[in-house]
Amino acid sequence: MIDRMISFIKKIRAKFTSTSSTGYSKRAPYLFLTPALFMITVFFFFPVVAALFMSFTDFDIYGLSDIGFVRFIGLSNYADLLNDPLFWTALKNTFYFVLVGGPLSIAVSLGAALLINSRLVRFKSFFRLMYFVPVVATLVSVAVVWRYIYHPRFGLLNFALDKIGIEPIDWLGDPVWAMPAIILLAVWKNFGFNMIIFIAGLQNIPEELYEAARIDGANAVSQFKSITLPMLAPTMLFVGIITMIGYFQLFAEPYVMTQGGPVNSTLSIVLYMYQEGFRWWNMGYSASLAFVLFLIIFIGTLIQLRVQKRGYEG
Amino acid sequence: MEAVKLRLVSTGLLFSLMLILNGGCAKDGDVTTVRFWVMGAEGEVVEQLIPIFEEEYPHIRVRIQKIPWTAAHEKLLTAYASNSTPDICQLGNTWIPEFEMLNALEALDSRVDESTIIDADDFFEGVWQTNIIDDRLYGIPWYVDTRVLFYRKDIFEKAGFSKPPETWQELYELSQNIKSLAGDTERYAILLPTNEWTPPVIFGLQAGSNLLRDSGTFGDFSSEEFREAFGYYAQYFYEGLAPVGVTQVTNIYQGITEGFFTMYITGPWNVGEFRRRLPGHMQDKWATAPLPGPDENYPGVSIAGGASLVVFNESDKKDEAWKLIEFFSRPEIQLKFNQLSGNLPPRLSTWEISDLKDDPHIRAFYQQLDHVVPLPQVPEWEQIAMKIQQYAEIVSMRRMTVAEALAALDDEVDRILDKRRWILSRSD
Repeated sequence: MIDRMISFIKKIRAKFTSTSSTGYSKRAPYLFLTPALFMITVFFFFPVVAALFMSFTDFDIYGLSDIGFVRFIGLSNYADLLNDPLFWTALKNTFYFVLVGGPLSIAVSLGAALLINSRLVRFKSFFRLMYFVPVVATLVSVAVVWRYIYHPRFGLLNFALDKIGIEPIDWLGDPVWAMPAIILLAVWKNFGFNMIIFIAGLQNIPEELYEAARIDGANAVSQFKSITLPMLAPTMLFVGIITMIGYFQLFAEPYVMTQGGPVNSTLSIVLYMYQEGFRWWNMGYSASLAFVLFLIIFIGTLIQLRVQKRGYEG
Repeated sequence: MEAVKLRLVSTGLLFSLMLILNGGCAKDGDVTTVRFWVMGAEGEVVEQLIPIFEEEYPHIRVRIQKIPWTAAHEKLLTAYASNSTPDICQLGNTWIPEFEMLNALEALDSRVDESTIIDADDFFEGVWQTNIIDDRLYGIPWYVDTRVLFYRKDIFEKAGFSKPPETWQELYELSQNIKSLAGDTERYAILLPTNEWTPPVIFGLQAGSNLLRDSGTFGDFSSEEFREAFGYYAQYFYEGLAPVGVTQVTNIYQGITEGFFTMYITGPWNVGEFRRRLPGHMQDKWATAPLPGPDENYPGVSIAGGASLVVFNESDKKDEAWKLIEFFSRPEIQLKFNQLSGNLPPRLSTWEISDLKDDPHIRAFYQQLDHVVPLPQVPEWEQIAMKIQQYAEIVSMRRMTVAEALAALDDEVDRILDKRRWILSRSD
């Protein structure tokens, strides 16, 4: 009788508690997650699904006046995108920014991290702070200052170039130079963040490895190639993906500095999406742009995971 | 059952709350509050006129909300989408077609017919027209805006011109003279900023282009008239008569003082700015003139801009809102408004009672206002204007030829107007 009762209780307990030895209810974690999941569902998943649906319609300002003016148009928005010269311009500019600005930003962050982490450097926390300041500065105020720096006739940058005999450049006004100018600003503004992550990664590398290498006669370059880089691989993967995702979403810099000009040479996908969606209220078209960008970032992330992981394991 | 009871209780509560609130109003002697949205600089100024109105109409209170121009369009559309439009609002007259299409505006024809204050014939014709869509009136002009030529008198004289140019040919010759005066120094004759759509559009309208064809359902930019105008416009960049790009001149007041450029096509607000911002020795050296035209008919046309006052359909205080519009349409109030803001009054009788016509800088606007044409009245206009600006910039930088740019512009404008064509074909 007692045996049967015990086995019954065990059965019930097994049903309601986790198999682990902690003895907590299996449901408890989900209860704790519910509020967050609820918020994510309402404020993220629903809008995403609604936007996906919207990207198959021609919802625009007419649709706002009368829902009867909204047509379900299938993949037409996506087909229009392929025929839209401005979309290709924006895509090209965005890739330019990601492929040049991204690696440059990572290289600068890594360089700064190595310098600060060096044993020869004094006042480490001072430099760390100074390099991090641009990250926390407001972009709009930074942009105002940089617009003066870039001014073709009175700017500091052209003044400096003039001293070393280089002709003045119309940084933000020349379609060739506008994107490099934006990249320069973005790299300067953002490298501090990755630098901090790299410093953390560098500090996790055991000092013994370097000691052993030095005993074996390895110089600084081969120490960097054979110890620092491989040991930083997980950090590099993280920084690489986060930077890529962030750089694909280029918006604020051109929005404040150039409004996408001159001749759309700094128009990014997100800026184009903003203009279509909120200036002209072409919500359907704008939503399709968003999903194309999502797809690009998704593929980019997969490629990075594949390539970097292989390097990491191999 | 429980839920029903709860709902009953809450409805009851709400009801009594409403009674209390209504009662509160009644005690103040039935005061109605009119919500009035004003944009930009007008917002600062209009507050000083409201006390006069409230004194005359003690039962009406006006609540002003100021909106910056940069956020106005988004804000109005969002308000429309959420049924929270104001009772009365200032609206740029190129936006009227858009909000009329949304069915957001109250038609004002019968109110004007009954009004003893507002007389359509007393307003500048071209500007009044911008408020009429399909023979119905949706706004009353509040102030008018058009573009004229601002220039440096002293440089004109050095270039051999004792009076402002009256034809395109003269403008072009004058520009070349100014350019050759400058010699090797980097100087330009005229500023045609490529972040403004007005210069190419004005040249197009002057050449007789309608900009759009087939009742605003297709772009008409490859037409002979617009091609001629656009080619004329592009010439100024190709021959170095106008600076390319917008970053060269960050401060136009400094630019005109230095003589970096001599002419600039701009609007009435710059009269005040020029007076305030140009140094003292410059004040007798600048002047304004109506725009030159493509042929002998002087002056050439300019755009009929400005802002109107509109009443929203959703409003339940339309009578009170209309009283406010009538108030702002009185010549003596318009004159006060002009003195406070510098905005030009839309009524001829306001000009009669003021000395504005004798003001040497304002006179050009008065002459120009008799030669203005409205822009195409389609909801998509702003979007089309941005495209014109985009292709003007492309051409100024020689990224495309005039013909290529205009063909591409027509393509894009036709695509923007696709929805409009569908809706018009449905309503037929």
